[in-house]
Amino acid sequence: MSQNESARAHHDMGGVPKFLCEPIDTGTHTLTQFDREVDAIRGILGAKGVMSVDELRRGIEAIPEAEYARLTYYQRWIRSIAGNLLARGVISEAELRAAVEQI
Amino acid sequence: MNALTEAPSERLLAGLKHLLAAKGIATEEEIAARVAQTDRASPAQGARMVAHAWTDPEYRALLLRDGAQAAEAMGIAMGGLPPLGVLENTEETHNLVVCTLCSCYPRAVLGYPPFWFKSPGYRARAIRDPRGVLAEFGTMLPDRKRIRVVDSTADYRWMVLPQRPAGTEGWNADRLAALLREGDMIGVTVPSAAPSS
Amino acid sequence: MLAPGTPVRVRDDWPEARGPCHIRTPHYLRGRQGTVVRHLGAFRNPEDLAFARPAPTLALYHVAFEPRTIWPDAGGDEILVELYENWLEAA
Repeated sequence: MSQNESARAHHDMGGVPKFLCEPIDTGTHTLTQFDREVDAIRGILGAKGVMSVDELRRGIEAIPEAEYARLTYYQRWIRSIAGNLLARGVISEAELRAAVEQI
Repeated sequence: MNALTEAPSERLLAGLKHLLAAKGIATEEEIAARVAQTDRASPAQGARMVAHAWTDPEYRALLLRDGAQAAEAMGIAMGGLPPLGVLENTEETHNLVVCTLCSCYPRAVLGYPPFWFKSPGYRARAIRDPRGVLAEFGTMLPDRKRIRVVDSTADYRWMVLPQRPAGTEGWNADRLAALLREGDMIGVTVPSAAPSS
Repeated sequence: MLAPGTPVRVRDDWPEARGPCHIRTPHYLRGRQGTVVRHLGAFRNPEDLAFARPAPTLALYHVAFEPRTIWPDAGGDEILVELYENWLEAA
């Protein structure tokens, strides 16, 4: 029906053939402290109106496909959060560079 | 996106925490409090709601009409959170929830989404091959049962109200709640009165 | 407002092909016909919220689709999806 399925964004996975043979890991995976803190920061930024969940998602979707597949769930989140805070001017590039390099 | 965001994730987190604290947006204490708050949400909350609905027809009606209000009635804070919709499994229809676009999950009542819910395999397959996905969870439904797959794409979060299993007549809500697993409330599994292996 | 039972078609539109965007209508539904099941309320358009732009309020509907009209090999009996009014047109 649609001729444009090749235009599908990589995060838009419903029914996509390349994953149809992928088994599902039904096991329990405990979140790390990193995961929990990233999740909490997103929650705080949302509650304070600094950044919406929609902006988080857009930032995640903007990660190139190969990187998206390689990164863990919350690694995608922290990239999106950093990108959004830079884009909104909440933090500057110089500040972030200095903070990341110092630590 | 800015190349700076490609810094190693642990460094990025540490750098952002430092900046957010310095700017008074999120302190170390606020982050710790938020982690503790999120950790408290667990499938046990959804299980209490389901068990209550199995034993109280009025609560069941409320749960199906307005999940958020039903959660509040059980002491679960829903303020500022997305509305909660609840879909009822019946003799005729089984519901299965997926988010093909990301990982929308009824976190307020079930806690963090499980690993499988966020995986490409689940996101791609549940919508197209629900019986194959259910089989991987050890769930076999009769052929006559209709399967409705719910793609959680927007502002609601969806939870499944499973069918009360046979052999639980006379059980109280606490005993019923102890039967329930998180997957029962997403529809990948169904509860059973038999002790789970 | 669309009443339950109203047949609708999802716009066969592919904004992803035109540039940066954020959409909550899955690709597999574009151009597909379904049936309104219920009105879910009014919510701000995520396509604008994602860019921190002023976001108008849109009606959100639960719309049901027949899976085998989307994939001949589909195994389920119904697909139920939340869709905003700006993606729905008369069928």
